[in-house]
Amino acid sequence: MSKRIDVKDLNVYYGSFLAVEGVNINIEAKSVTAFIGPSGCGKSTFLRTLNRMHEVIPGARVEGEVLLDGDNLYGPGVDPVAVRTQVGMVFQRPNPFPTMSIRDNVLAGVKLNNKRISKGAADTLVEKSLRGANLWNEVKDRLDKPGSGLSGGQQQRLCIARAIAVEPQVILMDEPCSALDPISTLAVEDLINELKDEYTVVIVTHNMQQAARVSDRTAFFNIAGTGKPGKLIEFADTTTIFNNPSQKATEDYVSGRFG
Amino acid sequence: MTVTAPVARKRSALTKGQLPAFAPYVVLAVALVLGAAILALIGFNAFGWGLVSAILFAIGLVGWSALVEGGRKASDKLATCLVVGSFLVALLPLISVIWTVLVNGIPGLVTPGFLTTSMNGVTGSLDNKSVDEGTKVLGGIYHALLGTVQITLLATVISVPVGLLTAIYLVEYGNDRALARAITFFVDVMTGIPSIVAGLFAAAFFFALVGPGTKTGAVAAVALSVLMIPVVVRSSEEMLKIVPNELREAAYALGVRKWRTIIKVVIPTAISGIASGVTLAIARVIGETAPILVTAGFATTINNNVFGGWMASLPTFIYTQILNPTSPSNPDPSSQRAWGAALVLIILVMLLNLVARLVARLFAPKAGR
Repeated sequence: MSKRIDVKDLNVYYGSFLAVEGVNINIEAKSVTAFIGPSGCGKSTFLRTLNRMHEVIPGARVEGEVLLDGDNLYGPGVDPVAVRTQVGMVFQRPNPFPTMSIRDNVLAGVKLNNKRISKGAADTLVEKSLRGANLWNEVKDRLDKPGSGLSGGQQQRLCIARAIAVEPQVILMDEPCSALDPISTLAVEDLINELKDEYTVVIVTHNMQQAARVSDRTAFFNIAGTGKPGKLIEFADTTTIFNNPSQKATEDYVSGRFG
Repeated sequence: MTVTAPVARKRSALTKGQLPAFAPYVVLAVALVLGAAILALIGFNAFGWGLVSAILFAIGLVGWSALVEGGRKASDKLATCLVVGSFLVALLPLISVIWTVLVNGIPGLVTPGFLTTSMNGVTGSLDNKSVDEGTKVLGGIYHALLGTVQITLLATVISVPVGLLTAIYLVEYGNDRALARAITFFVDVMTGIPSIVAGLFAAAFFFALVGPGTKTGAVAAVALSVLMIPVVVRSSEEMLKIVPNELREAAYALGVRKWRTIIKVVIPTAISGIASGVTLAIARVIGETAPILVTAGFATTINNNVFGGWMASLPTFIYTQILNPTSPSNPDPSSQRAWGAALVLIILVMLLNLVARLVARLFAPKAGR
């Protein structure tokens, strides 16, 4: 269960401000794709257009096409809620629901939508999702405790478990490790490696080593200057981007000459 | 190279030039004695004694500090004196009110039957008899207590849905549109409406709707709602605003619809603040007198029907007992009942405030491990 994403001529706006311009990218199913680039170049903004979270912000809109296995996410009559059940998202800061227990957090996607689920099926889903997020052994004895009592790294893995519990086709991760210590980061990176067996994973990261470690393909975004739109500069295999990039800007960025 | 021995010193150089720890107490004692002496010259009274002593204490402590410790510490002491002084001034009326109501209200409250009987059949001659023969004061506040509870409950039932839904619109759907800005403006205006105007509005509204002279508990509840709704909107709005956007986005990203996100994530996260805001709004209107007087009238008998007939409430009970004593020649029993009712009202408000704190703690998101 994973789908590919093809983006055609995508322009992303905040009101009248063009934030990201002319993106064309093909993201393979069952692969890890990393977005890298300096701050403010529009990687996160672009990521949020892939599950229609961008339009949650007032005034935000999009021109162009995002195809999920050929179906345009921005076609007329497409329900953004249906899109988001297929394309899950993990955010920069761990955000478990503070009113819910660990168990309820994992089941949030099911329970918040009032889907009926038997207790046995719920238990199976909780264990499967938490095992999938490498968190089961740490929390199996305290599933009824609040999720906000976990450490930052555990909370982030809980959020990943919550995202995979709704069985999406694609998982988007917006700098999932930027608030975590190196050990938790390692746990999440191991997890990403396992996730790509079943899901299409797209990850935004500021950490180039992380992009090199976890991703199969890497996209480099850049911005010409303040107030200018961000652009996709280069998209290729990760080894190519880091060892033999075709663009000068990419080489400068990955070798640490700017950004 | 010579090794220098540690310098032996009796007092640390770092604590030089400080007033001893007992200095404020010494100054206070001196100020109290001096204050008493000054007041004795012009005629002693407790209030003047406190005032003069406080001024003397501030001058003495700040002056002493300026001599020993220097200007910075002296101005610090002056600021402390001003802050503590203002705090005491603010506290005085509160303590004084509670004390007065306690002293005057307890005789009424402990009279047997005060909470369980109404004023039905209690006449001036009965009051005269209780004064002349020293028997217990008859009559109680049961009908008024019942009326207050019913009217306030109905007002809450009207205000909370309206107020909460308005707040949800403003925070979740308003997006700073013209309509949202207009609502915010008018809610602010409503906050400042004099309570008697709210009462007149409800009276006129039911006059047009039902018929002239309609006075029931329900009319009073509508009047109180007019006062309550803006408070509920304001407090709920603030509480919904502080729910982090990340939680909404987390729910959206799981494919949860907006209205479900609001019901299942946003409101539960904010419920403790909303509930305590509502409780405080109730406490705010439970003591309103004027709007109830013009909408529910006043009754001396028990009325269980909030939708029919005049209805007593604690504030109007107090008002009528003081202004029109049951026995004009012997107003003492009436004023005893009024003070008793006032004490009950204050206890109710205090209980509501405690409930608000309890509710906030009970519903607060837990962070246990």
